[in-house]
Amino acid sequence: MSLVMPELDRGVLGRRAEIVAALRRIVPGEGVIDSATEMKPYESDGLTAYRALPMVVVLPETVEQVSQVLRYCYDQKIKVVPRGAGTSLSGGSLPLEDAVLLGMAKFNRVLEIDYANRVAVVQPGVTNLGVTKAVEHEGFYYAPDPSSQIACSIGGNVAENSGGVHCLKYGLTMNNVLGVEMVLITGEVLRIGGKHLDADGYDLLSVIIGSEGLLGVVTEVTVRILKKPETARAVLLGFPTSEAAGDCVAKIIGAGIIPGGMEMMDKPAIAAAEAFVQAGYPLDVEALLIVELDGPEAECNHLLERVSDIAKSCGATTLRVSNSEEERIKFWAGRKAAFPAVGRISPDYYCMDGTIPRGKLPLVLARMRELSEHYKLRVANVFHAGDGNLHPLILYDANETDELERAEKFGADILKLCVEVGGVLTGEHGVGVEKRDLMPTMFNETDLAQQQRLKCAFDAEGLLNPGKVFPKLHRCAELGRMHIHAGKVPFPDLPRF
Amino acid sequence: MSDTFKPRDENEIVEAVAWAASGGKKLELIGQGSKRALGRAAQYDTTLDVSGLSGVVLYEPEELVFSAKAGTPIAEVEKVLAANRQEFAFEPMDLGPILGGKPGEGTLGGMLAVNFSGPRRIKAGASRDHTLGVKCVSGRGEIFKAGGRVVKNVTGYDLPKLMAGSFGTLAVMTEITLKVLPAAEDVESVLALGLSDARAVEAMALAMGSACDVSGAAHFPQAIAAKLPVKAVAGGNSSVMAFRLEGIAPSIAYRRGKLEAMLKSFGSLAVLKADESRTFWRAVRDAVPFSGKTANALWRLSVTPTSGAKIGGAIASATGAQMFFDWAGGLIWVEMPGENPHEQAVRSAINGEGHALLVRATPSVRASANVFGVLDEGLGKVIRGVKEGFDPKGVLNPGRMYAGL
Repeated sequence: MSLVMPELDRGVLGRRAEIVAALRRIVPGEGVIDSATEMKPYESDGLTAYRALPMVVVLPETVEQVSQVLRYCYDQKIKVVPRGAGTSLSGGSLPLEDAVLLGMAKFNRVLEIDYANRVAVVQPGVTNLGVTKAVEHEGFYYAPDPSSQIACSIGGNVAENSGGVHCLKYGLTMNNVLGVEMVLITGEVLRIGGKHLDADGYDLLSVIIGSEGLLGVVTEVTVRILKKPETARAVLLGFPTSEAAGDCVAKIIGAGIIPGGMEMMDKPAIAAAEAFVQAGYPLDVEALLIVELDGPEAECNHLLERVSDIAKSCGATTLRVSNSEEERIKFWAGRKAAFPAVGRISPDYYCMDGTIPRGKLPLVLARMRELSEHYKLRVANVFHAGDGNLHPLILYDANETDELERAEKFGADILKLCVEVGGVLTGEHGVGVEKRDLMPTMFNETDLAQQQRLKCAFDAEGLLNPGKVFPKLHRCAELGRMHIHAGKVPFPDLPRF
Repeated sequence: MSDTFKPRDENEIVEAVAWAASGGKKLELIGQGSKRALGRAAQYDTTLDVSGLSGVVLYEPEELVFSAKAGTPIAEVEKVLAANRQEFAFEPMDLGPILGGKPGEGTLGGMLAVNFSGPRRIKAGASRDHTLGVKCVSGRGEIFKAGGRVVKNVTGYDLPKLMAGSFGTLAVMTEITLKVLPAAEDVESVLALGLSDARAVEAMALAMGSACDVSGAAHFPQAIAAKLPVKAVAGGNSSVMAFRLEGIAPSIAYRRGKLEAMLKSFGSLAVLKADESRTFWRAVRDAVPFSGKTANALWRLSVTPTSGAKIGGAIASATGAQMFFDWAGGLIWVEMPGENPHEQAVRSAINGEGHALLVRATPSVRASANVFGVLDEGLGKVIRGVKEGFDPKGVLNPGRMYAGL
């Protein structure tokens, strides 16, 4: 593992017993875990290639406890790594050996459901699906649906700005959260936003959502809930080339249609998924599209016809419309099981998450095939086709000497390729530790420094989740210095009014 | 009278900002100046006019992405998008009429800097939700970029969205990338007439909680409805509550039937067809009923939707203000009978359930009133820290939002 984490604070480690005792005074009982055996489940998150035992795990139950723990850590200059359900695919909650791991799992209550204002107020440990479960008897749901939705927590969704297959039409976490209560590293409790839409001051929610635990610890989230569409129907489209499938996606959107979901899979992914769940996918196509339309029945039927016509004009060789809810779910079953399906055909796989301008898909897939040959590793692709978010799954075997290393290099090359064609390093999995050292391929030093200055406004000592997102965390005092050439009158040749 | 710098590119902006930062000067940022009367009245040494940075940089309709220089006129942008039957789904407000200016002015940068979105906000989000990337010059005189040109992007903090509603106090935006969406093929509106404010807010909550996919929900008390530029509405001598339905014709027809059934018990109903609907919702977006008396103080309140009628009623009885409701009761436009903004009455009526912005007031009022309100201590500290990180010398629009910021 080539990952360099922040230097260990020996002073803090030397005071471990004293720190554990102090934390026990704040969070009594079983809320503080310090034995290596019991801390083992916390040693990694969804990015299992990286592991570390935390110094101590704290599982607070009240906002007051969170505030006191953070205040204590702030006063004692102890690093803190926040953790939700631990499903991060980018190592966002990878522990540090000299840090407190602050687990928010006990914040698992739905606090209020306000149907008239179409919001739910929940604690951060509530699972993504838990929100929908709490409101579905009234016909409502929470729109963002990351594939880990059974397990992942809303607090983690806020930290990562999670998406899902429906975000093309319904938005990401960013577009579905109206307010948060958040505790700063100083222990101060802030409320930002609420049930109203436009908040005062700067739009801090914009930067808190997706901040990967570097700005504060969220203790309450106000989410928007939506009435479930009356109907949803899906169509399965098979194409002889990925170019034709990409062309079809562009033409659907060009025709003014924004489907509820639009997913693409390449041949290896289709084969793996079909072998796993027998979704009825055609095996003789290079690319498969699942397009879902939702809304009133009349609208779905009308749009399905238009989508089908477009698909035919783009050379679709398979075209199957779901005629029942069971069939629709079956269409999705293969896509939703794509990751575990790939897991069956390879001992290990590494899931990437770049986003590209959609039109670049054929180019990126072609280059990826070349890389696959170069690194001698197979790759399967699933793709949120509507919004350009690509999930290449690199197949490897960790027991083979250098395969993990090759897989990581392959992955890095794919992400660099995404940036090169006008895309970004991560669409929904976050930077974490995984893409941290690739940040300079997308941002220059000034760009990164400006982002870090934002962190300074929340966490001037850099104690929250260090070693994540930024390749190098600069001291705030150093970032604050200004170097400007004094006194020069700007463009004296310009007319003044 | 202060000087005006009109840079031609971002390097000249860097020069201007560096000059100001080194000499303790304060810059007022403007595009076309259409929203100049919005915000606290502060003193500036020099005006930085970015309208010279203009033009479309990238537009790929099939990718739903659009980039332009920050000084590009909105009118020009909307024309380019309309030619491809696309639009900004958040319906940026044209503030010209209510601020006593001409309609159709304003730039892309100004649009994002105020982040005022129209009736579709309840369905499609605000301009911040559609902002994908920016290039800026910070108050430190440094060029930086953030975000990108794709919708799904969690690479680093979402600084482009932070620029939304920052009123030019953080950085000078030079280029903005936004998501664009197809314009609806068709539109219709269902009206219910004669409802009280409270009853209307109730009906709007009901409709918003249905699967009717409403993309606008507004209510006008009778006196305000009379000022709307749609004959069928203005001449009715009754209050008007309106719901907008957009999409393809068969879907609208179905949803209209559903909505009408739902509203039957609420009052007599009427329908606006496409053209009248478009005129009507544009007037809602631009708060047209309050563009007549531009000396009167005007507030924009973002509140918990179901509390809209209660908050509005409390303000009306304390001040004699007139108002109308958008966003299903969550946005209230409140016009005072005169220049006095009655700040205390407005803020105590809201009582923590939202936010109030004094959009229009005389310069002397804007110099003394808390146009944006008063930040609580904890939030204030973070917000000052954010400002410090972008503009440590307080060069960019200082005092425009809050005193000392």
